[in-house]
Amino acid sequence: MKRIDCPEIGPRPIDEFTYGGEVRRPPQAGADTAALADYVFNRAGAPGVLREWWHHDPSGRWFVLERDTRTDTVLRSVPITEVAHAVPTR
Amino acid sequence: MPYRRAEAGPREWIDRGRTLRFTFEGRSYEGHPGDTITSALLANGVSLLGRSFKYHRPRGAFSLANHDVNALFCTPQDTHIRGDVTPLVEGMDVRPVNVRGGLDNDRDRHLDRLGRFMPVGFYYKAFHRPKALFPYWERAIRKRAGLGQVDLDWTPDRRAKRHAHCDALVVGAGPTGLTAALDLADNGCSVVLVDENPHPGASFDYAHAGDETALAHRDALIASVHAHPAITLHTRAVALGHYADHLVPIATPDGIIKVRARGVLLATGVIEQPAVFHNNDRPGVMLASGAQRLLHRFGVAACRRAIMVVANGEGYAAALDLHAAGVEIAAIADMGTPESQIPAARLLAAGIPVHRDHAIHAAHGESAVEAATLAPVDADGHCDLARAHRVPCDGVFMSVGWAPAGQLLYQAGGRLRYDDTLAMPVPETWPDTVVPAGRLNGVFDLDCQYEDARDAAARLRAALAGEPVPAVADHRDRVSHGAAWPIVAHDRGRNFVDLDEDVQLKDLEQAAREGFDNIELLKRFSTVGMGPSQGKHANQNAIRILARIRDQGIDATGTTTARPMFHPVRLEDLAGRRLRPTRRSPLHDAHAELGARFMDAGAWLRPAWYGAAGDRAEAIAAEVRAVREAVGLIDVSTLGKIEVVGPDAARLLEAAYTVRAADLSVGAGRYALMVDESGVVADDGLIARLGPEHFFVTASSGHAAATRRELTREAALGGFDAWVVDRTSELGSITIAGPRSRELLAPLTDVDLDRKAFKGGIRTGHVCGQPARVLRAAFVDRIGFEVHADVAATRLIWARLMDDGAALGVRAFGVEAQRVLRLEMGHIIVGQDTDGLTDPFEAAMAGAVHFDKPAFIGRGALALLAERTQRRLVAFTLPADADTPLPRESHLVIEDGEIAGRVTSIAHSPTLGYAIGFAMVDTALADSERALTLRVDDGVQVRATRAATPFVARRGKRAQPESRS
Repeated sequence: MKRIDCPEIGPRPIDEFTYGGEVRRPPQAGADTAALADYVFNRAGAPGVLREWWHHDPSGRWFVLERDTRTDTVLRSVPITEVAHAVPTR
Repeated sequence: MPYRRAEAGPREWIDRGRTLRFTFEGRSYEGHPGDTITSALLANGVSLLGRSFKYHRPRGAFSLANHDVNALFCTPQDTHIRGDVTPLVEGMDVRPVNVRGGLDNDRDRHLDRLGRFMPVGFYYKAFHRPKALFPYWERAIRKRAGLGQVDLDWTPDRRAKRHAHCDALVVGAGPTGLTAALDLADNGCSVVLVDENPHPGASFDYAHAGDETALAHRDALIASVHAHPAITLHTRAVALGHYADHLVPIATPDGIIKVRARGVLLATGVIEQPAVFHNNDRPGVMLASGAQRLLHRFGVAACRRAIMVVANGEGYAAALDLHAAGVEIAAIADMGTPESQIPAARLLAAGIPVHRDHAIHAAHGESAVEAATLAPVDADGHCDLARAHRVPCDGVFMSVGWAPAGQLLYQAGGRLRYDDTLAMPVPETWPDTVVPAGRLNGVFDLDCQYEDARDAAARLRAALAGEPVPAVADHRDRVSHGAAWPIVAHDRGRNFVDLDEDVQLKDLEQAAREGFDNIELLKRFSTVGMGPSQGKHANQNAIRILARIRDQGIDATGTTTARPMFHPVRLEDLAGRRLRPTRRSPLHDAHAELGARFMDAGAWLRPAWYGAAGDRAEAIAAEVRAVREAVGLIDVSTLGKIEVVGPDAARLLEAAYTVRAADLSVGAGRYALMVDESGVVADDGLIARLGPEHFFVTASSGHAAATRRELTREAALGGFDAWVVDRTSELGSITIAGPRSRELLAPLTDVDLDRKAFKGGIRTGHVCGQPARVLRAAFVDRIGFEVHADVAATRLIWARLMDDGAALGVRAFGVEAQRVLRLEMGHIIVGQDTDGLTDPFEAAMAGAVHFDKPAFIGRGALALLAERTQRRLVAFTLPADADTPLPRESHLVIEDGEIAGRVTSIAHSPTLGYAIGFAMVDTALADSERALTLRVDDGVQVRATRAATPFVARRGKRAQPESRS
C-alpha cells in the first residue's frame, strides 16, 4: 500500500501515516497470565478485514480504519467511540 | 563486416552533418550525434565488442534494444555501460569489460576450451576439497568475477526525485501507446506517456520503415501527442516496476520520476527471442529486429551477406527490408512459418532462396561469423546432417519468435498463458486499471494494434470512471509468430540459451537430470536468466526446454517471477537527493557564535561541546567542571513539551504513565515513566501540574511526537475529556545548573527560587520580563532550573544569562558534558541504559511504578514482571590509576567465564578523576556485591568496583580517594 484512501481526509501518501497496530481489546483486570501473554505477544496475522490504528501525522489525528489485507483496500473509517473501552475509575 | 550506408534513412536518429570523435581500446574512431556506442563501433567495422561472462567467448551486438549485456563498456568514470543504448559523447574513452589484455587477445579466452571442466553448477561442487585450498580458489574466482573497474574517486550526481500524478500512465510510445495516449487524452484523461528510446515511434521506426502509409500515420500521431496539452511525454524513460496503488517509478537521464497514476496502459511490446544453435553467440549473429534497428535508426548495415533463420512473417519482412538496403540475403532457413505469411513472389523477385523446414545447425568462424550450416530439421530440433550445406556469410539474423515484455503486467497482478498459435505467452487476466494492449497483448497487425489500443483505452476509461468495463474485443493474430521449438541440438554444444551467463542447452538438461527440474531451482542452479538482462532473451527458451524434459505443457512448467526493477538503475538515482529535514533549536545561532561543535540528535542538530576541534576531551571536562563548581547553561529546547488540558487530564495521564498524577498539587511535579503493553520502558519525563485541569509533561528529546501520539490515542480510547497539545517547536528551553545557578537566575525572575519555597515542580512567572515557566531540574546537577519560554524570549533569556553569568563563571555546555554530568548524578537515559526489552524494575525504577491507581498501559505485564526481574542495572567505578584500557558501551560483563551482562554507559568523570558507568547484569550478579569483570577489545579483562549512585554524592563532599578501592 502506497496510499491510504481515508474516507475522512481523502487519499494521502502512506508516508504521512504512522501505523498503530491492530485494534484489540485488552483482557479484563484480573485475567490469567496466559490471556495476558496472548494479548501482549500474539497476533493472528491471518488475511482478512482488520481494524487498525492509523495516525495521520500532519493533522495529528488517529483513525481507526477497516482494511482488507487481501486487497490492501480501506473499507471504512470506524468511529473511535466504537472501539473505545471504559477505563475503570476508583 | 558492418558498415555505415551512405544513403540516409527516412527516420534515422543520427545527425550526419556533425562528427564525434571517440576512442575504443585506445584506437580513435568517428561517429555522429545520435549514435550509440555500439552503432558507432559497428559503423567503423568493429564487430567484436565484448567477451562473455564465463568462457570469455567473443561477443557482439545482439538486440540494440537495451538488452545487449555482452556489449557492456566502461569509461574512466563509469562502468556497466550498455553500448546498445548509451549515446556517444564527443571525446568518449570507451573500454571493454571482462578482458585482460585487449578484446582480440584476451588472456582468459582459453577458458572457452576448458569449458568441459566447468560444467553447470561446477562452483557448487568444486573447490570444497581440500578445504585448505578454498581461500586460494575464492581469491582467484573473485578476481575473475565482476565487470569493469570502479572509479573510487567518483562523485555521485545526485538528482532530485520528482513526482507526477496523472489519470493514466501509458508505457511504450509505439503504434499502440501513441494511439492509446491520444484516445485517453481526447476523452479527458491526463496522460503521462513514457518510452525508453530517445524518440517516440518504437516499432514504427524499424519494423515499418518501408511502409509510407504507416510512417505518415506515425508522424501524425507523434505531432498530435506533442501538441496535446493533456499528454506529458518522457523519452529515454524506463518504467522500472509496478508497485501498489499504481506507483510506477520512471528512470530518466534526469533522475527518477515517481508516477502515481489512477490507471496504467501497458504498450510495452515484445522482445525478440533468439534461436539456439551451435555458435549462436558469434559476433555477427543477431536478432533480425536488432539488424533493422541498426539499419533504420543509425544507417548501419549489420553485414554484407546474411543467412537468416526465420519462423514468422516479421522475419520475411526483415529479409526484404535488409535486402532493399543492400544487404545480400544469401539464404533463409525456415523453421515453420505459415504458408500465408511467406511473400513468395517478392522473395523470388529479390532472388532470396528459402529452405523450408530447415534450421541453422551451426555458425562458423572464430571471432566473427564466416559461414553457417543449414540443414533440414525435425520437430525435436535434430538436423539431418547428410543433407546439410554450408553457406559463407558475415552475418546471421534470427526471427523465430517473441516474448511479451510483460514484467509490469505480472507485477500488477496480471497473469499470462502460453498461446500455442502465436507461440508466445499472452495476457490472460489483469486488473481493470492495468491494461495490456498491442503486441504485448498478442496483436501483431498494425491496424489491429490501433484498434486494440483504442479498445484498451476505452476499458481503462470505464474503469477509472467507475463504470462497467466493456468486454475485451479480441484483436489477436490467428497465425503463428514463432517456432514452437527454435532449439537445435549439437554434439559439441556451445548452443547458448542464455548469453548473459553462458548457459548452454546441455547445461539445462544436466541440471534437470541432477534433480533441479523445477523452473525456480533450474534458474538458481544453472543461473539461466540471472544475468544483467534478467532472462529477457533466455527465460522463454529455458521454459520450453524444461517443459520438454518434464514432458508437460509450458504453463504447467511455469515462469520465473519478474521482480522490479525491470531494468538496472543507478544507485545515485535510487538515493535521490536524500533530503533529511534538520531541526534547529531557537538558540542555534547563539551556539554557533560560541564555537559549538554540532551533532545529530534524531532530527535535531545539538551542540556536542564548545571549543576548538582539537580540544574535545579538555573542553568537555571544562564544561563539566563549570557545572560542578559554578554554573552551566544547556539548551534543552529539543525536550518534548506537551500540555494536557481538560477535566480528565489527570485521569488520562494516570492511564498513560506508570505514576500517579491525580494526587499532585498545583505546582508540584514528578518523574514519570511510560511503558508499552509488554511493560517495556518507552519514554520518561516529568509530569507537573499547572492547574486543577492543566498539566505540563516533558518527553525525552526526539520522542515528543511519539509520546503525544500515545497520549492522544489513550485519550480517544478511554473517552477522556482532555486535550493534548505538543508545544515542542513553540517553546525554547534552557537548563541552568550548578551551585551558582540560583545566584544567576534569581535576579532575573519574579519566581521565588528559595530552597524551601521551590523544592520541586513548576512555577509560572517571568524571566527577564518574559512570560516563562520555571521547573526544578536535577538531571545534571543537584541544583538546577529549567526555563521554558517562547522562541524569541528564549533567545533573549539565553543572551542575558550568558552576559550576567560571566562574573559567576558561567559556561555553555553541550550534550557530551550533559551525558557525563547525568552519569555522575546516577541518572539513566532511556534508549541508552534501556533497550527494547527493559522493564522499569530492571532499570532500577520500581519507585516510578504506582500500582495503587486504576488501569494504565502495561499494568498487567508490570504486575507479573515485578516478580520476575532477570537482570538489573548496576553502577560501577574503575580504578583511577589502572593502565588497562577504558571499556566502552556494549562491552561484556563476564562472570565465571559466561556472559553476565553488558556495559550501557561509561565515562571518565572529571569531577571524580576516575571512570564511572552502568551495566545491565543478571540479577544473581546484581544481588551479590561482587566486583564486575568487563571484557574489553582483544579479550583484555578489567575489574570494576560496584558503587552506589549518585556517584557524586553531595556538594563539597566529592568521593574521597579511599572510596575508590
